Amino acid sequence: MAGHSDSHVHPVSLYTRTLYWLMVLLILTVVAGYIPNVPNWLGVVIALTIAVWKATIVIMNFMHVRFSGKLAWLFAGAGFFWLIIMLAFAFADYVSRPWEPFHGWPE
Amino acid sequence: MSVKELEKTATLEHAGDGHYHGDGILGEQFETIEQQNTSYLIGMWAFIVQEVLFFGAIFTAYAIYRFKYVLEFTLAHHELSVPIGTLNTFVLLFSSYTMARAVRAAMQNRHKKQAFYLFLTFLFAGVFMVNKYFEYGAKFEHHLFPGGDYSAHAVVEHAEKKGELRVVEEDGKEFYELGRTRNGEFTPLQKVSAQEFEQRTRLFFGFYFVMTGLHGLHVLVGMIIIGILIGRAWIDHLKNKPIADFMPVEMTGLYWHLVDIVWIFLFPLLYLIGR
Repeated sequence: MAGHSDSHVHPVSLYTRTLYWLMVLLILTVVAGYIPNVPNWLGVVIALTIAVWKATIVIMNFMHVRFSGKLAWLFAGAGFFWLIIMLAFAFADYVSRPWEPFHGWPE
Repeated sequence: MSVKELEKTATLEHAGDGHYHGDGILGEQFETIEQQNTSYLIGMWAFIVQEVLFFGAIFTAYAIYRFKYVLEFTLAHHELSVPIGTLNTFVLLFSSYTMARAVRAAMQNRHKKQAFYLFLTFLFAGVFMVNKYFEYGAKFEHHLFPGGDYSAHAVVEHAEKKGELRVVEEDGKEFYELGRTRNGEFTPLQKVSAQEFEQRTRLFFGFYFVMTGLHGLHVLVGMIIIGILIGRAWIDHLKNKPIADFMPVEMTGLYWHLVDIVWIFLFPLLYLIGR
């Protein structure tokens, strides 16, 4: 192919492989949800880990970020970076301070 | 001559005449098709970042309330149907695949194939919405929609049957003990009044309807855009157009994958955890 272009056509196998892994992870997350006596926090960690994994392969392969220029990486990364800031700061506040009305809160 | 080269020649031949830029694909304000495509993509990504933060804010609120009312939310979780949720996840993941294939066909200027894959995507989205319709219907039937006739009755009944809740009465007032039954023995972990329990499970269903409702709205919008693209691809096919701009399909693809990603998080967080 002559010249450089951002619009490469990728082999079909890229998409079928991605779909295959998404299905495997879907089964895995449902099965993990039914394992008895898993502590609540561990269930959340397992579910979120699999979800992040699934989202990552969708972003990389279906959304072509893996093959995109630096600017696309910057934008995609910025979104999730800000999301993490929002989650982390909001949680830091809620776990470290009492909720209203707390004990001794004037009636 | 490959399509790519054709596209390049088309662009070069007509560059500078100010009227006809490579089959009408290249906008006047752009020098090359690459520059135009990159601009499109960055604009779309900026929109996606905005969407991530928009949904992210609701996810944050949900996470905070689930953290605070974990037992109440867990019992409310049980009212959601995992089989329907799993089926919908399957359908949506598959639609993401067919969308990716549609983008690929569009890049190769194979209009008929593109229309076919877009149609499949549209169909899967339709299946998702039909499932959602039945799911919502069941929630309304059990008075679990957080509106005027909301009642935690169904939640209480199921939890009692599973040994995760016990109704106790104190001074003529109804209280619920939330806990676990192991080997026929009930261990209470928390006691709440019936009113508190109702408010907190109502909050869960509020989140459920807002999150899945907004997501469903995105699916609907996606279906409309995909419907338009099917028509365009079909016209290109009938006209035997050698080259068509694939960027509208590529950008719709990005949007559609985002909708998929939101569901990838909604499904375990609403349906699975705490089971």
